[in-house]
Amino acid sequence: MGLVGETVDSIKSIQIRQLLTQAIRLGMIVTSALIIWKALICVTGSDSLVVVVLSESMEPGFQRGDILFLHMSKDPIRAGEIVVFNIDGRDIPIVHRVIMVHERENTGEVDVLTKGDNNPEDDRLLYAKGQLWLNRHHIMGRAVGFLPYVGWVTIIMTEKPIIKYILIGTLGLLVISSKD
Amino acid sequence: MHSFGYRANSLLTFAVTILAFMCAIVSFSFSNQTPSAQIQILNINWFQKQPHGNDEVSLTLNITADLQSLFTWNTKQVFAFVAAEYKTSKNSLNQVSLWDAIIPEKEHAKFWIQISNKYRFIDQGYNLRRKDFNLTLHWHVMPKTGKMFADKIVMSGYSLPDAYR
Repeated sequence: MGLVGETVDSIKSIQIRQLLTQAIRLGMIVTSALIIWKALICVTGSDSLVVVVLSESMEPGFQRGDILFLHMSKDPIRAGEIVVFNIDGRDIPIVHRVIMVHERENTGEVDVLTKGDNNPEDDRLLYAKGQLWLNRHHIMGRAVGFLPYVGWVTIIMTEKPIIKYILIGTLGLLVISSKD
Repeated sequence: MHSFGYRANSLLTFAVTILAFMCAIVSFSFSNQTPSAQIQILNINWFQKQPHGNDEVSLTLNITADLQSLFTWNTKQVFAFVAAEYKTSKNSLNQVSLWDAIIPEKEHAKFWIQISNKYRFIDQGYNLRRKDFNLTLHWHVMPKTGKMFADKIVMSGYSLPDAYR
């Protein structure tokens, strides 16, 4: 009860100038986080820096809720690499392993077939209708690093958006009521 | 300045930073790695040209490997696979995975197995007659946390017969 009373008091005693300072400070934090994020995307060369593993198709190596760090270089795609790709018409990226590579002599273009470690069949069923191979432009990055369990935060926030609102609401309240 | 909330916040931030740092540097501890492998082709089971024009061959392989030196305290599993690598007139490199396995523990990393290819060895085209190819054993070390790394052993000198059978 004391904490709520304190919060209410501090909201009452707020002045415009102090409020604006707080808002600018918050904006600075958010902007610098965004700058770091975009810079890392530039450095690693992939459109998204991390992906969260959503399915069990790569178990037991990658469980649902793990985070994969991506990197995309100009190096050719080789068998055994774990790649993240998008299928035309679907927006969720898929993380599977390359099992077959056919690289053209002159152009360097490549036909790639992928399969999830835990799946019985290769990914031809997942590709778009009539598509037999993946090409370089489908591939968003290679998985190079791994962090377990941290992705559960994202999964929970996506599946139960009410938690996202509660979190942001609480953070906003904390920022307003702090006297720094 | 000395409230409980402030102290808890500082402590938590510090702890998470240290944890992240530890997770990152764990990737740089490489141990002596000396894996070894041998692959023998015991039999060419059959060698056909498919109705849609691509060559396909079925092989029985004898695979012996010792990957125990790849396991560290940070290793969750090692993914091993055998691929055939060859060159054709149209493609400068073809890699076809023939067999793979997940090795969850060090005890299972020294093995001997005799199987026919798990995945179909199909060419893009009909270039496999009298083709020389390499067999490579690749391994992909998947850690409990941190950087994944992969390497391979290339064994050359294998070839396919002149005619379909």
